[in-house]
Amino acid sequence: MTAALRHAGMIAIAVVVLFPLLFAVSTSLKSAAELGRYPPSLWPQAPVLDNYGDALTKAPLGRFLLNSAIQSGTVTAGQLLTSSLAAFAFVFIDFPGRRVLFFAFLATLMVPLEVTLIPNYLTVRALGWLDTYPALVAPFLATAFGTFLLRQFFLTIPRELADAARMDGCSRRRFLWTIVLPLARPALATLGIYAFLSTWNQYLWPLLVINSTAMRTVQIGLSLLQSQEAVSWGLVMAGVVLMVLPTAVVFLLGYRHVVRGLTAGAVKG
Amino acid sequence: MTPRARRELLSALAYLVPSLAAFVLFVFYPLVRNAQLSLYETDPFGGLGLYAGAGNYARLAASPVFLNSLRVSFLFALYTVPAGIVIGLPLALLANRPVRGITIYRTAYSFTIAVSIAAAALIWAWLFDPNVGVLDYVMGLLHVPAVGWLTDPRWALPAVAAATVWKDLGFNVVVLLAALQGVPDDLVEAARIDGAGAWGVFRHVVVPAISPALFFVGVVGTIGVLQSFGQINILTQGGPVESTNVIVYSIFRNAFVNFRFGLAAAQAMVLFGLMLLLTVLQFTVFERWVTYQ
Repeated sequence: MTAALRHAGMIAIAVVVLFPLLFAVSTSLKSAAELGRYPPSLWPQAPVLDNYGDALTKAPLGRFLLNSAIQSGTVTAGQLLTSSLAAFAFVFIDFPGRRVLFFAFLATLMVPLEVTLIPNYLTVRALGWLDTYPALVAPFLATAFGTFLLRQFFLTIPRELADAARMDGCSRRRFLWTIVLPLARPALATLGIYAFLSTWNQYLWPLLVINSTAMRTVQIGLSLLQSQEAVSWGLVMAGVVLMVLPTAVVFLLGYRHVVRGLTAGAVKG
Repeated sequence: MTPRARRELLSALAYLVPSLAAFVLFVFYPLVRNAQLSLYETDPFGGLGLYAGAGNYARLAASPVFLNSLRVSFLFALYTVPAGIVIGLPLALLANRPVRGITIYRTAYSFTIAVSIAAAALIWAWLFDPNVGVLDYVMGLLHVPAVGWLTDPRWALPAVAAATVWKDLGFNVVVLLAALQGVPDDLVEAARIDGAGAWGVFRHVVVPAISPALFFVGVVGTIGVLQSFGQINILTQGGPVESTNVIVYSIFRNAFVNFRFGLAAAQAMVLFGLMLLLTVLQFTVFERWVTYQ
């Protein structure tokens, strides 16, 4: 088989796999007249951006995207901070009870969202947080996965470095901020990308704790728009494209990190 | 405890407190609270009423709706997990070939990782649409009579499963590709020299070598689809006639539509038990493989 033929085959398969998404992009660019046509055309004759304008103005998709950005940004920053601190303690401080506490961290990985859903909803309601950003952010501020990922990386930093820094009168805090974290940038990137993708794509929890239109994340806002109102599929597909765009960019730029994050539990070594 | 040990403990706690506080408030306390709720009658605001003992669990065991949701979840896993592997493995094999620009193909084949379940469900809702949906059009071209994808109780679960397989494909490709990259070249070479064809190499060298990853995708995939909610809520709301009422959707309905928190908490405990069982299975089988090799 020639190389060109092989490429043609692999591209064709990529198109089949991505067909639902590509067709969504194509539909989002169709005019109202062309959307009404059946059978649907594969590609718009004259691409227009009307659906995007409508999505951002008629449906408050801009507001939904902003809410999602605030939630995902805060959760990502929070997870990077809490995991860095915890992983640092587990690796560089020799304290009694270290094994027990680390085990307690790992145990949280076994607890699925569904088991904590009802009590967490009741907690958030009791705190008066329903329909606020804290409800979207607080439950996700700590992560055992992130702590574990950073711990594995911190373990590769020679202990002699910590001892030498100590000798030179460098405090633990300064050692963390000026030496450990800069060295750990690849691991931090992996965690950051993973945290952003999973928070941006959340569905069930935001659905429960958000009631008002203005506070909806984009996942909730767009799905409710589709189910409750008679909106055109062109507008919904424009919304889908806008909703997938940030995670698509992060995925394409950080492909290596995504792979590392996803296979951390799957492949040994 | 020596003074030094105490000092180190206090120092460590200062670093651990942010995570610990979040875990106590949002994981450990709710876990205990959920177990407690499952043993009580609850009022519509989630307050504890009379102690019910195993009452909620007994009610579940006798509830046709709950038993149906277990059956639906089991079927849903059966429709999605094997299909995800059967489609994901060839894609991973393609993505593992030494071709120029392979990274582009790898990102394309695993791209659905970036797609949220809501986005996937909305796209498929439109593909399934009885008026403008492209699926009915394609079936018309093939002279296959149209079916009510999301409105026919026989087709709704397979339809939701199709959307789910598509969404999870990216994850399967990434994990299986990572495993394929770990298959030693000399092993493949040796088999070739012994006269094995492409199929023989695949069947007798590659598959055994990646069997832990295949198993991982199977178990993690099953755990994942047992937690499915978004695609159900967007595509079918559990219907038609309960045919897509998976466990998590049924928990959601009991807790946040019918406000029967105690009963929903008991359902969540049952789901938790199922997932623990799968996790234990994964670890024990994994252990066996690792020591065997």
